[in-house]
Amino acid sequence: MGGARLALVLAISLILQPVSSVLAQPASPPPAAPPFAATPEDGQWTIPQKNYASTRYSDLSEINTETVKNLQVAFTFSTGVNKGQESAPLVVGGTMYVLSPYPNILYALDLTQPGAPMKWQYNPKPAAAAQGVACCDVVNRGPTFANGRIVFTTLDAHVVSVNAETGEEVWKTKLGDINRGETMTMAPLVVKDKVIVGISGGEYGVRGWIQALDINSGKSVWKAYNTGPDQDVKIGPTFKPFYDSDKGKDLGVTTWPADAWQQGGGTVWGWLSYDPELNLLYHGTGNPGPWNPNQRPGDNKWTAGIFARDPDTGEARWFYQTAPHDLHDWDNINELILLDMDWEGQPRKVLVHPGRTGFLYVIDRTTGEVLSAKPFHALTAVTGVDLKTGRIQYNAEKEPVNNRVVRDICPTAPGAKDWNPSAFSHRTGLLYIPHMNMCMDWESVEPNYIAGTPYVGAEVRMYPGPGGHMGEFSAWDLQAGKELWTINERFPLWSGALATAGDVVFYGTMEGWFKAVHARTGEVLWQFKVDSGIIGQPTTYRGPDGKQYVAILSGVGGWAGAIVSGDLDPRDGSAAKGFVNAMRDLKNVTTKGGALYVFKLP
Amino acid sequence: MCSSFLKGAALAALLVMAGGVHARELRVCADPNNLPFSNEAGEGFENKIVSLIAQELGAEVRYTWWAQRRGFLRNTLKAEICDLVPGLPANLEGVRTTAPYYRSSYVFVTRTGGPEIQSFNDPALRAVRIGVHLIGDDGSNTPPAHALSRRGIVENVRGFMIYGDYNEPDPPARILRALANGDIDVAVVWGPLGGYFAEREGVPLTVNPVRPIFDGPQLPMAFDISMAVRKDDETLRQEVDAALARRRPEVDAILAAFRVPRLDTGMKQAGRTP
Repeated sequence: MGGARLALVLAISLILQPVSSVLAQPASPPPAAPPFAATPEDGQWTIPQKNYASTRYSDLSEINTETVKNLQVAFTFSTGVNKGQESAPLVVGGTMYVLSPYPNILYALDLTQPGAPMKWQYNPKPAAAAQGVACCDVVNRGPTFANGRIVFTTLDAHVVSVNAETGEEVWKTKLGDINRGETMTMAPLVVKDKVIVGISGGEYGVRGWIQALDINSGKSVWKAYNTGPDQDVKIGPTFKPFYDSDKGKDLGVTTWPADAWQQGGGTVWGWLSYDPELNLLYHGTGNPGPWNPNQRPGDNKWTAGIFARDPDTGEARWFYQTAPHDLHDWDNINELILLDMDWEGQPRKVLVHPGRTGFLYVIDRTTGEVLSAKPFHALTAVTGVDLKTGRIQYNAEKEPVNNRVVRDICPTAPGAKDWNPSAFSHRTGLLYIPHMNMCMDWESVEPNYIAGTPYVGAEVRMYPGPGGHMGEFSAWDLQAGKELWTINERFPLWSGALATAGDVVFYGTMEGWFKAVHARTGEVLWQFKVDSGIIGQPTTYRGPDGKQYVAILSGVGGWAGAIVSGDLDPRDGSAAKGFVNAMRDLKNVTTKGGALYVFKLP
Repeated sequence: MCSSFLKGAALAALLVMAGGVHARELRVCADPNNLPFSNEAGEGFENKIVSLIAQELGAEVRYTWWAQRRGFLRNTLKAEICDLVPGLPANLEGVRTTAPYYRSSYVFVTRTGGPEIQSFNDPALRAVRIGVHLIGDDGSNTPPAHALSRRGIVENVRGFMIYGDYNEPDPPARILRALANGDIDVAVVWGPLGGYFAEREGVPLTVNPVRPIFDGPQLPMAFDISMAVRKDDETLRQEVDAALARRRPEVDAILAAFRVPRLDTGMKQAGRTP
C-alpha cells in the first residue's frame, strides 16, 4: 500500500503536464462510460451489471470517503439456503429482489416497511437431480428486471419470468436437459423485447449456445451455437472478424478433428453486455471440451473467445479468441465492460475485459481489434499477446500433459480471475478488479472413475502465487496499462466489485469481511464482518426514505469455496479440481451461510 | 445403547426395528441406471455381489440410488447416506477400499469377421473408425483416448460421452450400439461394459483386451476393482473383505456370467494390496 500513494502522486503529476506525448500516456482524458451508460442516477439497481455497459457504478454519493466509516446494518434476511451465494440483490422502486442458489427461490422484500418484510416468494422447484450435474456448487449469478418482470435462470436449465409486483409466474421455458449435462447459472440480459440466455455444462460435453427468447411469451426467437458449421453459429455475410485466423468457411468444424465440435463446449455462462448505439450484444464463450488438448488439434473455434452479435437476429459481427486451442480450462466468460477512451490520440469505443488468461484486454468493440493486453497476474503459462495476430503466446513447458509433472503453472485453471465482476468508476476512470494470485502443480497419477469407468485422474494442487497471498483487489489504470494500487487478501477474491460517486469501492472476502475502500488510494475506510464468506455482488440503491443503502449476499461456496459449502475433505488436496489444496484453512475461518446484509448511514 | 457399542455398530450398519426383529441394514450407494454394474431393479453384477455380502453379514441391503457422476462420493458415502460403494478402483484416494475382487482391463470390441484389433500399435487402427468414451475437460479422459492421441490417432476417433443421455437405459452403452450399427468399426471400452453388451447387440462382436496393458507409466489399461467404505470405517471394511473371501466361488461365477474380462483369474486371491 505504501507505493500506492506515490503512484497516485505520479499519475496526477502526469495529468498536469502539457499534452506532448504521442504514446498512450495519461495526457488524454481518462476513460469514460459511454453516453448510454452515463444516464442520470435513478437510485435503483435493476440488473446485476447496473447498466448495459456493465460498469457496476452508482452516482449515489451520500456514502462517501468521509461518511462511510459510520455505516451500520439496516436489516438482514436469510435466503434459507446454505450454498454459495453469487447473486446480486436488485432494487426496483420500493422492492428488493433476492435470488437464492439452487433451489433458486426468488424473494421480494418491501423496502417501504421497517425491516423490509417479505412481500412474496416464488419457488420454480427445479429438479433435484440438477445438483448432481452442476460442476462447481449450485450457484446462480442473479435475476434481471425488465418490462415489469423479473427474469432468471434455474439450475435445471429453465428460464422463468415472474410478475415483479405479484410474484406470479408469467412463463417458464425449458431450454436444456439435465440428463444430458445441461444446466444454467448465468444472469440473463434483456435487450429490447428479448431475453438473452446461454447454457452451462462444458464438462459434460455440452455444445455451447446462446439464445434469445421473446420477453412476452418465453418462446425462442433465435439460437446460435458456438461450435459447428457457420449456419449454426450464425456466421454470414455480416461477419467481419479483425484477425485472419478467424476468417474462412465453417471454422467451427475445420478447426477440430472429425466430429469433435459436436461436443465441443464453448458454453455461455458468464456476463453479457450491450451497446444500443452500435446495436451489438457481447458475450464470451467457455473453454473447449471434453477432449484434452492433444486430442483436439486446431484452434477449436469458437470456444474461449468473445462474440459480438446482432441481438435482433443472433448474427455474428466479430469474434476474438482469447485462448485458441485452450490448454488450461480458460473459459472466456468474464465481464465485458464497454467504455469510451482515447487511444493513441484517437477516440475509440472499447470493450475492457480482465480475462482468465491473466491479461487485461482493451478491444475496439466495433471491430474486435485488440488495442492492448497487459498482464494483471503473475504469469508462467503464457508470455504475452501478439497484437499483430491477436494470438496469445503459450509457454509449451507449462502445458499439462499425461506422463509429466508440471510445476508452477500460473495462472491456474480458474484463471487469473473467474466470473466475479469488476467495477468501473465513472468518476476516477479506474477499473477495480477482484482477482486471484495463484499457481498450480499438475500431474496425472491417481486412479479415479466415473460411471463405472476407471481412469487416471489429474492431480491438481493450487497454492498461493508470489507473495504468499491468494487474492488481490486492484485499481487498474487503463491508459497506462498497469495497476495503480492493490490490496492483498489471504484467500482468492470470489466476490464482485461496486464503485460509487462517493469515491468508495466495495467488495467482500471469503473470510466474510465486507470492505469499503477509497477509490483513489485503496485505503480501507470501513469493514464489517458478516456471518459467512462473501462471494456475492454488492449493489447500492436509494431507499424510499431517500437514504443510500449498500447490499451484499454472504454465503461461501462456488468453485473456490466448495471446501466449505460442499463439505470437501481438507485432507484431499486434489478435490474441487485442486482448489481444496489452497483452501484448506477456509474451514477454520468460515462456515456455510446464506444471508442478505443491507447497510446504511445512521 | 451405550456409546461403546454404537461405535462399532454405527460404523457398519444401523439397527432398525423390522417386524420386531433386529435386522442389520447394509446401506449401499449405487447408480440406478448403469448396467452391467448396477440398476434400480438389482440386475447388475455389483447388485448381485452386494447381495452375497449382505447374506454373509446377516443384513438387509438398503440402496440409495445416485448417478455416478461428479460429486458422487461427496454426496453419498462421505455424506453418510450409505456406508458401502461397490465397483471403485482399489486404493482410490479419499476412501478406504477392500481387497480387489476382480481385475479387468480396457478392451477392443469389433464386429466379428471385420478387422480385429489387438494392440494400440496395430497399423489397422489408422484406417478404421474408432469410438472412445470421454469423461470431461478436467485434463483427464479414458486411458485408451490418451493412448490413441499419443500416437497421433485423432481424426478417425469419435467421442461418446460416458455420461450419455440419462433418459436412456444404461447411457454408457451407446458406443456399442454404434459399433453394432456400423457407425464405428472399433469400440475401446472398459472390459465389463464391453463383455456384457457385446453379447446383447444382436450382431456377433469380438472382445480382445487392449495391448500394451501399460501404455507408459501413467496410462494403465488395467485396474483392480474394490468396494469402498469411509476412511474411518475399518470395521466394515474387514467384514466386507472377509465376506468377499468366503464367497469367492460365487463372486467368480457372477463375474463369469456377466462376461467380465478378467486379468486376475489363476492368480492367488491372497491378502489385500497395501
